[in-house]
Amino acid sequence: MQLDTKEVEEVCKDLYVRALKILPPDIKAGFARLQQAETHKIGQTILGTMVENIAVAERTNNILCQDTGIPIYNVTVGRDVSFEGADMTRAIRRGCERATREHSLRSSVVHPITRVNEQTSCGIRVPIIHYGFDDREETIEIEMIPKGSGSENGSFLQMLIPADGIKAVKRFVIDRVIELGGRVCPPTIVGVGIGGTSDLCMHLAKIAATRPLRTKCSDPDGAKIEAELSEAVNELGVGAQGLGGRSTSFAVHVEIAATHITQNPVAVNIQCHSARRARATITPGGIHFG
Amino acid sequence: MPHHVVEMPISAEQARQLRIGETVTLEKTLYGIRDATLIHMFDRGRRTRFDLNGHAVIHTAPNVHRVEKSDKAPAGYEPFCIGTTTSQRMERFTKPLMQREGVRIIIGKGGMGQGTLDVFAELGGAYLAIVGGAAALETTWIERIEDVDMDDLHPESLWRFRIRNFGPLLVGMDSHGGSMFADVRADVAARRSAVLEKLGIAE
Repeated sequence: MQLDTKEVEEVCKDLYVRALKILPPDIKAGFARLQQAETHKIGQTILGTMVENIAVAERTNNILCQDTGIPIYNVTVGRDVSFEGADMTRAIRRGCERATREHSLRSSVVHPITRVNEQTSCGIRVPIIHYGFDDREETIEIEMIPKGSGSENGSFLQMLIPADGIKAVKRFVIDRVIELGGRVCPPTIVGVGIGGTSDLCMHLAKIAATRPLRTKCSDPDGAKIEAELSEAVNELGVGAQGLGGRSTSFAVHVEIAATHITQNPVAVNIQCHSARRARATITPGGIHFG
Repeated sequence: MPHHVVEMPISAEQARQLRIGETVTLEKTLYGIRDATLIHMFDRGRRTRFDLNGHAVIHTAPNVHRVEKSDKAPAGYEPFCIGTTTSQRMERFTKPLMQREGVRIIIGKGGMGQGTLDVFAELGGAYLAIVGGAAALETTWIERIEDVDMDDLHPESLWRFRIRNFGPLLVGMDSHGGSMFADVRADVAARRSAVLEKLGIAE
């Protein structure tokens, strides 16, 4: 399959707007589960308001949250797909810029030193683009994540040492959730990276935070930790918006990577309740969103 | 718990009547403010032409449509999606906002710290918690954008919104030392050791 980068540009434009407007079904189902389990009165009211907001956004064709985030595009390239890599990267960037301009989105991206906003949602190395590969025939998948920043500011890395053990990793997660309280717009998805190098560990935490609910870490030991921590964080009493109750998080997700014999790294990255992402799959049969 | 319908602006005495756990609906006028606006106002000495005395500010930077000026859009902007950002980053600006500009109410998400609570007690103010991320809903409470100042900082300009039925909002912090966020934090701290023990990782 020869990929048309003009088509990619259109898809990347549409994906940004779709991600901002349509909450994925797994997150909606997550809200229903939290509503069922919540007994705290303020917590119930807050969850009700969040669910109402999803309906209002759909009814008024509005975006869910004012934070248009930092745009992230995850591209997964299957077999027998060909394209010019540099053209592809430019097409993604143009799609992102056009979404911002044509839909009058707030550009939330600034130069880190001068703080100048180009009003395009783009800047140096932004949008963030990750390329990966899989075995699907003549398929390319693009996932767009507008990563909200109330939750992105809830990011931590700790290079623990082997003597600290996995206990310290778990304690680190619990203590960061406590420290963040309502700042990260709970209920959240707590993304945890374990292992790797410092940069990989942080990236694992982001993959974990943006993974669909009810998916599991592929490593059985990682899956065990995410199940334990998922239960534990909701017993802390932080609650929706940090105002008490059980609805601190939809889940804790863990992603792992092998690490060095001297290292025991742990990273935390939080996704807020407006856990937005949108996906498009391009095949010779056409473009499929969702 | 009492529900207050408050038409802005208000006095210090009115602000002191608001107690944590109560709910509030605001009417008439609301100002939008955030990081860059506050940095320019208080670290770089810029002054706004708006009179914020007695008013409420919300921590926001909105999505807007640029349009022809009209009665409906006197500043040339129509609201598109207006929501609320995390308040804690603006903690050190509470005192100058209240002291120099006379602001009485801060609306935000996630709560603020002890410094803000102390200023509320000293000068008379309150923090109203809104549900963060519920911006599509919040936008339906905004009638129009009346005016904008410091728009070179767009979208972090200083916005004046005309509001109707803006709420209900929860009084999260008051002028009497009350903070629902601090209460929850204390409760969470008390539960921590039991949670760690259950995980088999007690210290």
